[in-house]
Amino acid sequence: MATKKLFNKIGVNIIAWVLSIILITPLVLIVINSLKTSQAAAEMSLRLPQAIQWDNFKTVIERGKLGVTFLNSLTYSAFSVILCTLTSAMAAFVLSRNRTKWNKLVYFVIVLGMAMPINFIALMKVMQFLDIINTRVGIILLYAAIQTPFNVFLIYSFVGKIPREIDEAAIIDGCSPLQLFFSIIIPLIKPVLVTVMVLTFLNTWNEYILPLYFLGSSDKWPMTLAVYNFFGMYFRDWNLVCADIVLTSLPVVIVYLLGQKYIVSGMTAGAVKG
Amino acid sequence: MSKSKHYPAYFLIGTLLLYVVLYLLPGLIGIGYSFTDWSAFSDKVNFLGYDHMFDNYIKAFSDVKYFGYLGNTLLFTFVTTIVKNVLGLALAVLLTRQVKLLNFHRAVMYIPAVLSALIVGMIFKSILHPADGLLNSTLKIFGIKGVKWLTDPKIAFWSVMGVDIWKGMGYIMTIFIAGIMSISPTYYEAAEIDGAGGWQKFRAITLPMLAPTMTVTTVLNVIYGLRVFDMVYALTNGGPGYVTEVLYTGIYKEFGYGKYAMGTTLSSIMFVFMAIIGYFLIRAMNRNEVEE
Repeated sequence: MATKKLFNKIGVNIIAWVLSIILITPLVLIVINSLKTSQAAAEMSLRLPQAIQWDNFKTVIERGKLGVTFLNSLTYSAFSVILCTLTSAMAAFVLSRNRTKWNKLVYFVIVLGMAMPINFIALMKVMQFLDIINTRVGIILLYAAIQTPFNVFLIYSFVGKIPREIDEAAIIDGCSPLQLFFSIIIPLIKPVLVTVMVLTFLNTWNEYILPLYFLGSSDKWPMTLAVYNFFGMYFRDWNLVCADIVLTSLPVVIVYLLGQKYIVSGMTAGAVKG
Repeated sequence: MSKSKHYPAYFLIGTLLLYVVLYLLPGLIGIGYSFTDWSAFSDKVNFLGYDHMFDNYIKAFSDVKYFGYLGNTLLFTFVTTIVKNVLGLALAVLLTRQVKLLNFHRAVMYIPAVLSALIVGMIFKSILHPADGLLNSTLKIFGIKGVKWLTDPKIAFWSVMGVDIWKGMGYIMTIFIAGIMSISPTYYEAAEIDGAGGWQKFRAITLPMLAPTMTVTTVLNVIYGLRVFDMVYALTNGGPGYVTEVLYTGIYKEFGYGKYAMGTTLSSIMFVFMAIIGYFLIRAMNRNEVEE
């Protein structure tokens, strides 16, 4: 019995390692090849580079215009995070606290958006009408809009766990609704706000359908779209493509490693009770 | 104490403006446009007339090309949902056991899920390259002749689904891990006293206790599958021919061709379909909240 248990334990560990290696290999492949010369990277193998080519990164930053696209991505992510978190939190707070028939319907319709597809073609018409097509403001508003349903959903259920007595005490002390929200509620729902901010940041950084439809001029492109375009131009130089991929993914991986706890709690919310 | 006074409606303005104008409204006017001849080639948009108002819809369901998009989208959704659930659950069971460096393994298996699908697509374009991609060169070492993963019409769509599963199963695994960890250990202890083996414990405790979690992962997978765009666009862009074309990539092509009415018709079909699915999603998620 004891030996069988030991075997089981070793077996489980081996399986875990094999699976982890299978899952990580494609990413290792990219990192290795980003450090090779163009000829060495042509076969895209896992062989280690003979001499590490740090220059590849310099080359892609220049040729891929990574400076501009990085700032674009950062702008879109930062502003949509601020805008969407603020509006979603305010809405979720009121919808959760004041569950009138009308508010329940509003909540339902908003949350339904988690499943609804966006009609991009009709959206183009709306954007044209508002004169925000092919603008940075337009794309930020869109990013905030598409993430509203999930964010409202997350914050709504979190607000429900905050005792209502806290509100009542603040109101008796003479807090206005805005004071109540900003100085009492926001500090209390900080954990879910961090989750929302991390997820909104990652989603905005990774998304590229909206710029594909609505940002015609390449000087406004975010990093993801630029890397794809770069791939089209330099498909013979896999070392450069890999270096570009590494640089584009780096912010995402850093945010993921820093915010892992918050991401997991957000992504599993609603799926698991308690 | 008047609730509306302390929880004023103006708190909703920002969210409602964003959501209604940029999300809901396009969906609704899109349905309106699906009854027209809207295209990039004419400034005028004409109603198709009462006799022909459903022409775009008839075309969507009868034209082999468009019907193929629908079929592919459903096949993609069906296959990826099942495989991600099965593999995600298997990984979750594995990584809730006594494995060393548990958090390392969990983090590694989740990483593909945080990368952009476009980037994952590019990575796999290299790996699946028929001549010098990593997969075929590895197969060659074992004496197996590789195939044209992304350009052989019989295989391409399965390759796309495979890559999507590679990227997505870590996410599903994470949800299942949270589900398994919320099962009280007393059930397993009681089963052990009764002499239950690993498989029996899985079938009699883990699986039934995970039913609500599985509802949610299934709904999430279905919603994702029906709306898939990124992975297909990056890997094959619908090709070869139209064999890997799904609804969202098809809509993007119609947009590119300037056939706006047809694009908006395909979108509207999804809109109605997803509204029904969304209803079940909310019910499934609310049930979890009520049980809390």
